Amino acid sequence: MIPFEFDYYKPATIQEATEAYCQLEAAGKEPVYYGGGSELISMARLGNLHFGSVIDIKAIPECKVLEYDRDNQLVLGSALTLSEICESKQFPLLEKTAGRIADHTMQCKITLGGNLASTILYRETVLPLLVADSRITIAGKDGIRDFPISRIFDKRLNLPKGSFVVRVSTEKGVVGSPYFHIKKTRNEKIDYPLITVAGIKTSGRLRIAFSGLLPYPFRSIKVENILNEFDDETVCAMEVVNFLSDKILSDINGSSEYRKFELKNTIINVLETMKDV
Amino acid sequence: MFCLKGKSLITINVNEEDYELLIRPSDILLDTLRNQLGLTGAKPGCNNGDCGTCTVLVNGWPVKSCLMLTAEAVGKKITTVEGLKAAPIQKAFIEQFAFQCGYCTSGFLMVCHALAGIHPDPPDIVIDEWLQSNICRCTSYEEIGTAIRTVLDGKIE
Ligand SMILES: Cc1cc2nc3c(=O)[nH]c(=O)nc-3n(C[C@H](O)[C@H](O)[C@H](O)COP(=O)(O)OP(=O)(O)OC[C@H]3O[C@@H](n4cnc5c(N)ncnc54)[C@H](O)[C@@H]3O)c2cc1C
Repeated sequence: MIPFEFDYYKPATIQEATEAYCQLEAAGKEPVYYGGGSELISMARLGNLHFGSVIDIKAIPECKVLEYDRDNQLVLGSALTLSEICESKQFPLLEKTAGRIADHTMQCKITLGGNLASTILYRETVLPLLVADSRITIAGKDGIRDFPISRIFDKRLNLPKGSFVVRVSTEKGVVGSPYFHIKKTRNEKIDYPLITVAGIKTSGRLRIAFSGLLPYPFRSIKVENILNEFDDETVCAMEVVNFLSDKILSDINGSSEYRKFELKNTIINVLETMKDV
Repeated sequence: MFCLKGKSLITINVNEEDYELLIRPSDILLDTLRNQLGLTGAKPGCNNGDCGTCTVLVNGWPVKSCLMLTAEAVGKKITTVEGLKAAPIQKAFIEQFAFQCGYCTSGFLMVCHALAGIHPDPPDIVIDEWLQSNICRCTSYEEIGTAIRTVLDGKIE
């Protein structure tokens, strides 16, 4: 049971959603956008979060789109569930990443936008989007705007107040690139990551993004330069570990020493697998 | 725009029947099913999306009803274990002794039933992925796996 009351709104258009947000905000009704609701419900139930109204975006057609547009961009609506994305088989690296978030039944509820905007430090769906240089379309009181992901996602999704993610677009050529995805957990297969790496090889260069290693998901051009410059896999892996060393998380899932050990092995694994690709 | 402010009357479809209910927008589907409709097949467990014992089907897909608002169910078809009505998977569970204490059974039945409907011929990895959504503390996993495979293999009418 959620120990407080709130109102529920289900707009059918982007405009209805942003107008509802402005009106509810002005009326002191503390609105939040609602995707799958998995985080909002569980945090509200435990008293870790309070809101006065939810704006459920799942009836907005632009948030449920899954198609190529005229510019050959794969467009994914923010209210698509992870399982809808996986079943569509359109974006192999995102399919692989989303397919390892929570469990299959939860994937039928968690949405792409909700995972990107969630407060947990993992937000694993962002990894494929970071390496693919995807673009994110947001809607707010200033209308609908489009940003390269690197401008709007730095450690977390930085949205102007009252805005929500409508869709994510990714170039067809990049969507089909050879890819790798490795998720290591402390114990069970289904768990938050000790370390997840996801990446692609495009124009002969590796791109890589991480979750679970630092207190936020990230892509690092410096790490990519190391991966693409060194010939020896072990030397390269040690360079990456040394570069990230002082920032690596140490928590109940694993000490920083253990994460460094896993990072080194994972990088070697990636380099070996992608060498001849 | 569809909206619910305070206690409101809604209609939801559960097991092929429409029910008119007075709900709060903050009501959780699991609680509504159990406390208002008396459908106690979906069980409260972790209330956190981890254990799967509250699983129901929403338009044929498995969903943990502890993490769904009742308001979200408007316009959807909800199926609980009470709606299965002697489905092949229920027979298979009995034949394979796929339960012990039984608390997790309805959740597993719903996942298996959905899997057989959506992917009638899945590779083993897909079966494993779907079943990993639920926890059985009596560890009947082997028997549950056998039960779903007998249904998928068409060995149960
Ligand atoms: C058992 C379990 C295991 C999990 N394991 C993992 C894991 O290993 N890795 C991982 O990355 N995640 C994991 N998650 C998922 C994660 O913890 C969140 O629950 C999930 O990502 C939230 O998605 P949602 O669609 O349900 O979002 P919601 O609960 O609807 O929203 C979450 C936040 O995002 C905002 N929001 C929602 N949609 C939008 C939008 N379109 N635009 C802007 N803001 C929006 C909301 O206002 C809220 O602040 C797990 C969840 C569970 C329950």
